[in-house]
Amino acid sequence: MLGMSANSVSYNEQGSVESGVDAAQENSSIPGSISSGGAASSLFSADYKKNEDLKEMLESNKESLKLEAMKRIVGLIAKGKNASELFPAVVKNVASKNIELKKLVYVYLVRYAEEQQDLALLSISTFQRALKDPNQLIRASALRVLSSIRVPIIVPIMMLAIKEAATDLSPYVRKTAAHAIQKLYSLDPDQKEHLIEVIEKLLKDKSTLVAGSVVMAFEEVCPDRIDLIHKNYRKLCNLLVDVEEWGQVVIIHMLTRYARTQFVSPWREDAVFDENSAKAFYDSEEERRVDQSKPYIMDPDHRLLLRNTKPLLQSRNTAVVMAVSQLYWHLAPKHELSIITKSLVRLLRSHREVQYIVLQNIATMSIQRKGMFEPFMKSFYVRSTDATHIKTLKLEILTNLANEANISTILREFQTYVKSQDKAFAAATIQAIGCCATNISEVTDTCLNGLVLLLSNRDETVVAESVVVIKKLLQTQPSQHSDIIKHMAKLFDNITVPMARASILWLMGEYCEHVPKIAPDVLRKMAKTFTDEEDIVKLQIVNLAAKLYLTNSKQTKLLTQYILNLGKYDQNYDIRDRTRFIRQLIVPNEKSGALSKYARRILMAPKPAPVLQSAFKDRDRFQLGTLSHTLNSQASGYLELSDWPAVAPDQSVRNVEVVEPVKETGAPALSKSKHAKSNEKFYSDSEEEDGEEEEGSNSEDSSSSSSEESVSESESEENSDDSNKSSSSQSEKSSSESDSEKKKTLKNKKPQQQKLDSKDRKQKNGNAVKVESRSESESGSESSSSESSSESGSELDSDSDSGTDQKKNTKPKPVQSKPVIKVEKKEVSLLDLDDFSPVPVTTPKSSILSPNLLSDLQGLLISPTASALQASSPVFVPETSHELLHRMTGKGLSAQYRFTRQPCIYGNSMVSLQLTLSNSTDQALENIHISEKSSTGQNIHRFNAIERLEPQASVTVSMGVDFNDSTQAANFQLCTKEDEFSVSIQPAVGELLLPITMSEADFTKEQGKLVGMNESSATITMTPENVSSQSVNRKVVSVANLGVIPSGQENIYRFSGKTVSSGSLVLVSVVLKDPDAVITINTEKTVMGSMLLRQVKTALTNSGP
Amino acid sequence: MIHSLFLISNAGDLFLEKHWKSVISRSVCDYFFEAREKAVEPDNVPPVIRTPHHYLINIYREKIFFKLMFLFSKLGVCFIVDVLYRMCADYFGECSETTIKDNVVIVYELLEEMLDNGFPLATESNILKELIRPPTILRSMVNTITGSSNVGETLPTGQLSTIPWRRAGVKYTNNEAYFDVVEEIDAILDKSGTTVFAEIQGVIDACVKLSGMPDLTLSFMNPRLLDDVSFHPCVRYKRWESERVIAFIPPDGNFQLMSYHISAQNLVAIPVYVKQNISFFETGSSGRLDITVGPKQTMGKTLECLVVTVHMPKVVLSANLSATQGTYNYDPVTKILVWDIGKLNPQKLPNLKGSLSLQSGAPKPEENPSLNIDLKIQQLAISGLKVNRLDVYGEKYKPFKGVKYVTKAGKFQVRT
Repeated sequence: MLGMSANSVSYNEQGSVESGVDAAQENSSIPGSISSGGAASSLFSADYKKNEDLKEMLESNKESLKLEAMKRIVGLIAKGKNASELFPAVVKNVASKNIELKKLVYVYLVRYAEEQQDLALLSISTFQRALKDPNQLIRASALRVLSSIRVPIIVPIMMLAIKEAATDLSPYVRKTAAHAIQKLYSLDPDQKEHLIEVIEKLLKDKSTLVAGSVVMAFEEVCPDRIDLIHKNYRKLCNLLVDVEEWGQVVIIHMLTRYARTQFVSPWREDAVFDENSAKAFYDSEEERRVDQSKPYIMDPDHRLLLRNTKPLLQSRNTAVVMAVSQLYWHLAPKHELSIITKSLVRLLRSHREVQYIVLQNIATMSIQRKGMFEPFMKSFYVRSTDATHIKTLKLEILTNLANEANISTILREFQTYVKSQDKAFAAATIQAIGCCATNISEVTDTCLNGLVLLLSNRDETVVAESVVVIKKLLQTQPSQHSDIIKHMAKLFDNITVPMARASILWLMGEYCEHVPKIAPDVLRKMAKTFTDEEDIVKLQIVNLAAKLYLTNSKQTKLLTQYILNLGKYDQNYDIRDRTRFIRQLIVPNEKSGALSKYARRILMAPKPAPVLQSAFKDRDRFQLGTLSHTLNSQASGYLELSDWPAVAPDQSVRNVEVVEPVKETGAPALSKSKHAKSNEKFYSDSEEEDGEEEEGSNSEDSSSSSSEESVSESESEENSDDSNKSSSSQSEKSSSESDSEKKKTLKNKKPQQQKLDSKDRKQKNGNAVKVESRSESESGSESSSSESSSESGSELDSDSDSGTDQKKNTKPKPVQSKPVIKVEKKEVSLLDLDDFSPVPVTTPKSSILSPNLLSDLQGLLISPTASALQASSPVFVPETSHELLHRMTGKGLSAQYRFTRQPCIYGNSMVSLQLTLSNSTDQALENIHISEKSSTGQNIHRFNAIERLEPQASVTVSMGVDFNDSTQAANFQLCTKEDEFSVSIQPAVGELLLPITMSEADFTKEQGKLVGMNESSATITMTPENVSSQSVNRKVVSVANLGVIPSGQENIYRFSGKTVSSGSLVLVSVVLKDPDAVITINTEKTVMGSMLLRQVKTALTNSGP
Repeated sequence: MIHSLFLISNAGDLFLEKHWKSVISRSVCDYFFEAREKAVEPDNVPPVIRTPHHYLINIYREKIFFKLMFLFSKLGVCFIVDVLYRMCADYFGECSETTIKDNVVIVYELLEEMLDNGFPLATESNILKELIRPPTILRSMVNTITGSSNVGETLPTGQLSTIPWRRAGVKYTNNEAYFDVVEEIDAILDKSGTTVFAEIQGVIDACVKLSGMPDLTLSFMNPRLLDDVSFHPCVRYKRWESERVIAFIPPDGNFQLMSYHISAQNLVAIPVYVKQNISFFETGSSGRLDITVGPKQTMGKTLECLVVTVHMPKVVLSANLSATQGTYNYDPVTKILVWDIGKLNPQKLPNLKGSLSLQSGAPKPEENPSLNIDLKIQQLAISGLKVNRLDVYGEKYKPFKGVKYVTKAGKFQVRT
């Protein structure tokens, strides 16, 4: 058989000498070169019964029949059927000049060559010949198929072919060679050394076609040979934009690894980046910081990589965007990270599989850097149509993003999820609520209350999950929650889920000392129903009995004995065992050994609280975007990302000597030039392209993008080691510099300008208002959208504050302008995003309850319904002022502030402050102002700079701060001509409110809507002197800026207000029940609610004025 | 690196397999079938399954599981499936089990060209079309008569050039360039109609049939709207960054020029409001449903193709409703109520009202089902985006130009 096939080889060889040429010229007519194949193969036909007709067709003279046969065969392969017996008949057609037939034969060959190695060898000579074909595409496809045939014998032939192809004139063939390297390596790893040589050669290639493929080969064959990259690093960075998408992905991943070994970490604490030195070289559009307090200087090559990958965030290919994102995550200074956020959020729109991966990565990122994704929180809201694994991931992210400021919004969202029909998801939500409750102590009580309400849910999973989470929460702080345990005891009769019942019993037992009266009673009830309970509940009954016996044996001794007796004869041996064990442990008798002495310590040992933490906590050990990260375990082929080196390795290794890299690839070109010339027809394309490469200028398509040109420019710049820059790039640089200068001056002018603007704005039509609002409400990088033309300078400034520096201060909007804007809003529907509903489904007031909506509107549009609740003037304005800057620390300048409790004239969402500055030195202080940059996220309306403050004089100015409904301190710099002082204002929660008036009926109605998680209450004992209506009113309004509601009942006091920033209602009621008083606070801002409650509590319990 | 690809129909029938490296037995799919069994809905099958030797990536589109076997992976696999999906749609009109089965050879050839050794080689649809021509009825007739083939006879030149997406020597007698601005609103509205979350996803689809090598520049009236964009590779980033114009040498024919995202932080107009009242009674195993739809911020345009879809709770057996406009249909198997309204008449708001009957004895559902809304508004981009002008450089002719705007509802959900 072998002999026979050898025959047919030789035959084919003869046949295809001419056919090879023919094939190159295409579409020639039938030259019957393989016609006698039928004679040769008649010998085989006897062996096969199946597919007889196929074989006959393959051996026929007619092309169309052969083609038909091959199509059927490929169809068989595609369906996974075995077609290997046709190998000899098929392989003869390998030299066919019908391209489609040839392709199909290739497909077949690649599939079955491994199984029929001997026969496959018959085809090799055809490929060898094709490798010398003048047409580059034929050469490439021959190499492709040759290298895909997994037959070890031909390794030397493959090696030779790869070496040859690596110096081919056509970049396409070189690309194919790079692909072949990996295939050969997987076939025969012994060839590694030779292959590395080829890789080294190909890495120097300047063609964008080759770059991606060769880096792929590098990653497969020798990922540890970082040294091969040094000289090509800058070239790769510069070519990156023009490489095809898949190549980009591979290169970016490789460069990430490279950079981690070569550059020092940019993540130092408070690192400040001085890039001035880099600027001289790279006329970048990049940011720079003026401060030079730290000596960290980013390696210009490091910067180059970051700069050149940034535009790729705009790619349509999700893999590229993900790759760039992970590169930034692993390499960029922390303050630059925010630019990837938007792109990642965009990917969420993609298919569910992409969503899954992206969400996983975001989950990991959001643990470490909440701020990055917080502005996009709503993008992670769950839809009922999402797949379960998407839902849980979104939930995970929302939990990670929760903080004091947004927790109320998140909890509200969670409330919706809890009701979901997808019960697994509802259970996960309850877990998430538990997580939030432990992470943010302000809402622990609220969450607990909410969870307790869920206990009466009808669904078993929900109840069980709630009980389990409550159990965990209570374990962290048991002492304060005896009432919840009591409540659970009350609900106990209605709860049927065994797991939940067991959990409650466990809680009773564990904290029986906190509920000394109830626990024995529960045990009594359980003794009655013991026999009907589930096993898991019975175990806990025994457990509870034992614990009670130890703590309160007087009351429960008999009960315990009864239960132990029941347990003794239970059907389940677990319970019998447990009963026996417990009896020995707790009931002292002569048999029980030393152990019973320690019974109390054993049973009542303090148990550590379970830790509720994210499942993504430790995922960051894997490089983001990799399969290993997705699986959270090391996948085969994963390349570890090394830590930053402590000291940067030599930078000069990346310097490229004055080599003409083009010449290098040009050299083989020269030697082949004759060959090339003779086939001019075929080479026309590649020659033009090569020419383009060599000159770095336009040849055929002068229209080729400017970006390409600039790339080649900067390349040449680098190659010549920055000595002779082309004049154009210099001018470019200077222009960009002047740009950034202009920008700076612009920025300084901005506040005044905008103030002027605001007046016109009122008259402008709605559209204009809308645009304004857009750019203002944008967080972080306002430059990217509004200042489109100059990305320089400003961007980092805004980015550097981790995206929270919202420049809302440029929003001087006098209160009087509100109505004007509102009227316009009605006319221009674009603006009217809020509750415009022709059919009043809900009472208008309900919209004020939606912080989401209001935060959407970001204070530009006040809620139309806000006027329905009339704002009133403050009942009480405290005179106390707080110290902002002591004269000692302020070098003579002292500052005090107080809250005026008036609506702020600078912005609807701002809290108005009065600042008193005094000069205690003996020199005049000049130019007192607040510096431009505020270090926290708050929006501050600064006072106009004070030109001069005479010695011993003082001046009072007013300012506005948007605390965003959080008690987080506003930090800013108070500056004089010489000095800068960091100061901070910490508002009391009561100052973040504005009083409103409403009727008693409205109050009760609103209160009814704000129950559950939104309600917090406490009972206190009043000191006798506080029990007059006057003193209660005074106490409350002095703590918080609330309006008093005239009350019809004597012992109930009601107060109402709204939060300054979001306008959420805050309702406070105090009910006196001699001598106790119940304070209830209802607000959506649960954090504020609980904080306010604490303060009102202290105010009412303290005696004094 | 993609090792192998298996296509599995919704019924669990493995109907195509392709191996780029050595052959992997199809028994690996058993892991998948196991997971498929566990997840009740096909949507819930985990995207990544780990087996002792391989990683299975599951991609579910249109009732077909694309299953990929990996050694180690990059996110990009989805993109490959997308390309394959798009190609199938291009070639055969739709991508379904039947069309793939009918054209198995072409699909196989496409896969062969798209990847080499598991590494993506050519994913640009124009190149693929040059390599393997899409079948048409006419051509298949000619082919059977003359014996010529579907495989392109000229070898693709595009792949070799610096602009791989465009082939040389394009010629048209009528030069035309059309752009469709398509925006989808993704939104969640709460019970009271308040917007919980809303954002706009926009794409600009282009159909460019221009001769030669035109260099186009598209500019917008209000480019500041676009702050989050992604482009076809033909667009020059730098021009966009510096001038906010889209400059590109277009591929020939249909392609997606760019997509953009206007995020939740901006104001998004909601064109429709829904007044709904769905309630289930505590006793009597029944419930009521009352839905009215009306226009909200439509900028004076008409709402078309309005469809309301409700995923009912499992206990709802049937629905006895009456619609003042359009038709409704309740599928008791999938529990999906579809109310196809059509064009919205603002004078007479459509209303769907009636009773639902529940499985007797079952507890009443706790949560009301949420409504998904579908709609279309012609001649309007809801974000307000407007194309300013299109300039052609590099060619002499005056092309015919056109822009069309459409707004649709994307994932538009009303919570109840």
